[in-house]
Amino acid sequence: MSTAPTRDTGIAAADEATLRKALSPTARPPRASAVSAILTFGWRGMLKIKHVPEQLIDATLTPVLFTVMFTYMFGGAIAGSTGEYLQFILPGILVMSVLFTTVYSGVALNTDLTRGVVDRFRSLPIARPAPLVGAVLGDSVRYLVAATVVVIVGMILGYWPEGGLGGMLAAMLLVVVFAFGLAWVFTTIGLLLRSPNAVMNGGFMALFPLTFLSNVFVEPETLPSALEAFVDVNPISILVTASRGLSEGNADAGDILIVLGVAALLTAIFAPLTTHLYRKRN
Amino acid sequence: MNSPMSSPSSPAIEATGLVKSFGSTRAVDGVDLEVRRGSVYGVLGPNGAGKTTTIRMLATLMAPDEGSARVLGHDIVREADAVRDVISLTGQLASVDEDLSGRENLILLGRLLGLRRADAKLRAGELLEAFGLADAATKLVKHYSGGMRRRLDIAASIVITPQVMFLDEPTTGLDPRSRNQVWDIIRALVAEGTTILLCTQYLDEADQLADRIAVIDHGRVIAEGTPSQLKASVGSGALHVRLLDPDQRDEAERVLAREFDAVHLEADPAALSAPCGDADRAAEALAELARAGIAIADFSLGQPSLDEVFLALTGHTAEGQDATPEAAAA
Repeated sequence: MSTAPTRDTGIAAADEATLRKALSPTARPPRASAVSAILTFGWRGMLKIKHVPEQLIDATLTPVLFTVMFTYMFGGAIAGSTGEYLQFILPGILVMSVLFTTVYSGVALNTDLTRGVVDRFRSLPIARPAPLVGAVLGDSVRYLVAATVVVIVGMILGYWPEGGLGGMLAAMLLVVVFAFGLAWVFTTIGLLLRSPNAVMNGGFMALFPLTFLSNVFVEPETLPSALEAFVDVNPISILVTASRGLSEGNADAGDILIVLGVAALLTAIFAPLTTHLYRKRN
Repeated sequence: MNSPMSSPSSPAIEATGLVKSFGSTRAVDGVDLEVRRGSVYGVLGPNGAGKTTTIRMLATLMAPDEGSARVLGHDIVREADAVRDVISLTGQLASVDEDLSGRENLILLGRLLGLRRADAKLRAGELLEAFGLADAATKLVKHYSGGMRRRLDIAASIVITPQVMFLDEPTTGLDPRSRNQVWDIIRALVAEGTTILLCTQYLDEADQLADRIAVIDHGRVIAEGTPSQLKASVGSGALHVRLLDPDQRDEAERVLAREFDAVHLEADPAALSAPCGDADRAAEALAELARAGIAIADFSLGQPSLDEVFLALTGHTAEGQDATPEAAAA
């Protein structure tokens, strides 16, 4: 990918006949189905991962640093040994890194709005929620990539899922499903705030305390009781407990159901809200 | 696509009393438009006149507060999807995805419009070739020049030939060569039967392309007609003169006042202009200046600018200031 300006050969490079042919009326095919439109927007998301990998790197580098830092700095103090702490913290880091990535779904939508490409999408005869559903689905691939990176780094450092690779994969999928639901919160914010930076700042400001006030880093029993009460009901804690359970092979079905329920609830509220805001935008 | 309201002789675009307010500002304040099928209709006005808001309502991006409009017989609010089936929009901001390549942008649009993958690729290749973008096909759009981006934007609008095309300031910010290329594309599209609504700040552009022009100011249509009608109502053009020595401007004004009905002192302290459509009279006036010993740095005889159109139609310039005392007195 060169950053040098692309040379403009001008339209003269094409001959008159080519231009005529391109401009001659084309028959209009039947409208794209909702599924086809959604998949096309998902494809657009994939292309963005390919062309602008920086966001993915941003979103995976921080958790990788956290894994390494927390394991080696606090592992001994918190859990007695770095190996034991890594075993405890990795599913939490997995959750944290994927959830941080969801903020970028809102940032990407807001960036689209500042660029005018959304005007074109909104003037097309396609199913209204297709650009949004497609984008969030495309982003789910991004979440899966982030999850994979964290797990691989963890395993390089010596992490081993007691529940086997199948359990690990199930944990990753659960986290991605939850991220799909959470992403709709950030797409809503993405349509409400003025600039991509505001979405980024607002998103992390909301997500940071929620992530740290959970059981990602420490056992809740070690916390003051008021804080412990909050940590226990924090959906992120329940997600961390469920993915720990899945990767260790002792998951509680109730936890998994709660996680899926919260994801469904977030989607049910915020996906229609995002679509509404997107349609009503002037 | 077959609406009972739409017959071949009915207008392509029909708008009645369109109103759109943002807060206490009436951005569009009762706009009526009638655009004949297969024609280019120019909407001419300065920034903030309400051009973009009008186009956004007609392209179903926002609903009017009052009034109604039909595009090929389809109501823009109640039959928005039917309208979207026949239009395409080239917005003021380039409506293409900067993070994708030119080819990917066109394939994306083709797929969204219902083309099969192979057909979408074929069509993308054809358009890139025709618009001189084949060499840059796989480059990301963010590395394109302004002219290339505009051409891609227009190509994206005609992946499937639209019956009605909205172009919002398609040449703003382009160099003359790129501008001419965009004009050529627009002419070719019209020749193939597409109806075009063209918003522009340049009288020159509207004059070059449009069959009819509506001049819009503060959200209202203040004049409507063919380019020649419009220019006749404004005066056919102006002689612009810039002097070597600004101190001689008062004297130059007296000399020119003998030749012309009105002389306008411009913001540049060495420049002045006078309405004039006739090259012979202009030559005569320049000769008079030379005889009076006034040295000229440069001069031009040109069509009235948007500023002059506005001055003639509204008494204020396109920037919204009141007419200067000199012009008012002249």
